[in-house]
Amino acid sequence: MKILVCISHVPDTTSKINFTDNGTKFDTAGVQFIIGPYDDYALARAIELKESMAGTTVTVLNVGLADTEPTIRKALAIGADDAIRVNAEPSDSFFVASQIAEHAKGYDLVLMGRESIDYNGGVVHAMVGELLGIPSLSPVMKLDIDGSHVKMSREIEGGKESVESSLPLVAGCQEPIAEWKIPNMRGIMSARTKPLKVVEATGSTKSVITQKYELPAAKGAVKMISADNVSDLVTRLKTEAKVL
Amino acid sequence: MAVLVFVEVGEGKVRKSSLEAVAYAHQMGSGVTAIALGTVAIAELEMLGKYGAQKVLHVADTKLDQPIIQAYASVLAKAMQDENADLLVLANSSLATPVAAKVAIKTNASFASNVVELPSTTSGFVVKRSIYTGKAFSMVELKNQKKVIALKKNAAEAKEVGGSAQVVSYSVALSDADFTTKITSTEKASGDILLPEAEIVVSGGRGMKGPEHWNILEDLAKALHAATGCSKPVSDMNWRPHHEHVGQTGVKVAPQLYIAIGISGAIQHLAGVNSSKCIVVINKDPEAPFFKAADYGIVGDAFEILPKLTEAVKSMR
Repeated sequence: MKILVCISHVPDTTSKINFTDNGTKFDTAGVQFIIGPYDDYALARAIELKESMAGTTVTVLNVGLADTEPTIRKALAIGADDAIRVNAEPSDSFFVASQIAEHAKGYDLVLMGRESIDYNGGVVHAMVGELLGIPSLSPVMKLDIDGSHVKMSREIEGGKESVESSLPLVAGCQEPIAEWKIPNMRGIMSARTKPLKVVEATGSTKSVITQKYELPAAKGAVKMISADNVSDLVTRLKTEAKVL
Repeated sequence: MAVLVFVEVGEGKVRKSSLEAVAYAHQMGSGVTAIALGTVAIAELEMLGKYGAQKVLHVADTKLDQPIIQAYASVLAKAMQDENADLLVLANSSLATPVAAKVAIKTNASFASNVVELPSTTSGFVVKRSIYTGKAFSMVELKNQKKVIALKKNAAEAKEVGGSAQVVSYSVALSDADFTTKITSTEKASGDILLPEAEIVVSGGRGMKGPEHWNILEDLAKALHAATGCSKPVSDMNWRPHHEHVGQTGVKVAPQLYIAIGISGAIQHLAGVNSSKCIVVINKDPEAPFFKAADYGIVGDAFEILPKLTEAVKSMR
């Protein structure tokens, strides 16, 4: 089986977000970049499937500029066999999805996170599925393969649903689909020589243009209430904050 | 601009977030046609007129009682075409967001999800999106003539503005290709208030010291008609189910009131709650970082404060 895992290269979840150049550029100063946490679950599940099914290969794909290569190498160190980098800024969901669709033909299973934690579009999997004309599902919390039949559990508002489909398939993943994997020394060494192919993007017209970024308005100071006067809190929530 | 709004029906009722989507389209100042799929009472759809819908297309096909994403997308793409709609508006959800993405591809529309405000149309069609899990916003221009936008909760207030909408029966021929995924069962979590849609959320963290103490938190939630949530460590330790995990990699909530008990306020947790209107933090550690993100704070022992707070809420109501 051939599995494609699409990964995003995003700021660590603890990052402070700032912008420069009059709100038009993300400020990378002091920011550590990681494999998207949801993509990391997708990768971990792909490696599990590779370990349980002989002849399975895992390719990782990232849409990004050259600075994403350390992140791609980390995915190779975790156990992917080879990698593709589409040399372009991942500007919006549709652009990224169309780049992925360009390379995803011929794979039995295309996995990625439910969303990237920077753009938060949450739709690349659905768009890739639509572009390829194959089923797509997200957020998938459990995914088991039996021949060409796939059984999944998907989170829905206030519960979950069990869904069945056939391969090929696109799935957006989230916990607890697999445990995150940490690369070992052997993985890190071998990742250096695994193939990483760089290709140019196709289709340059963008249907969505980001004009600028903004930070949320600063929060006012917290009002502290004495633990002996809890009813004061209830009064304030009712009359001052008007949320009760 | 003709606008089509997809309204999602759950257990016979239109979801509150869909009412916001209808109100959003109405507040844009355009004629609003809504569309609902599957079995639902006509009166429930006529009610959409109150929020600004003039007409409601109803696809009363029982095959659509199950939320099959591909089939829903086929129906909505056809409806956009039949209604000459340039814009499809819907509220983000596990069903609507992927449906919207597929419709955007089928109709060659520009797409944006997580939209938080009415569009600005002075120069192009520009919407404000929530990005970096609520830590920032971006202004994006949707260039194509057709547009599909998925709204984040609270993008518009569901204000009552009108009377009754005209409900029109509508049908689309679907093929087997629309039903390649099969939903074999659906499991509803216990508790009747859904966390992502709740107006009030009461969340507990490690400071609750163990799952056996959750009853005092649930008592408060009950008194407030609130949903219960928890921090990541709590769901990781299986004190509470995963679907209650609020945070960057869990459920993102945007209630009127968020009450955090015994949660220190790691940046990943804040990412899941920063769209809340009012945040109350109860923690015995006065240095807990969560206080910096709170509107109201109480320093003290949760086991003493919670029962008192529950009583105070009950006596107020």
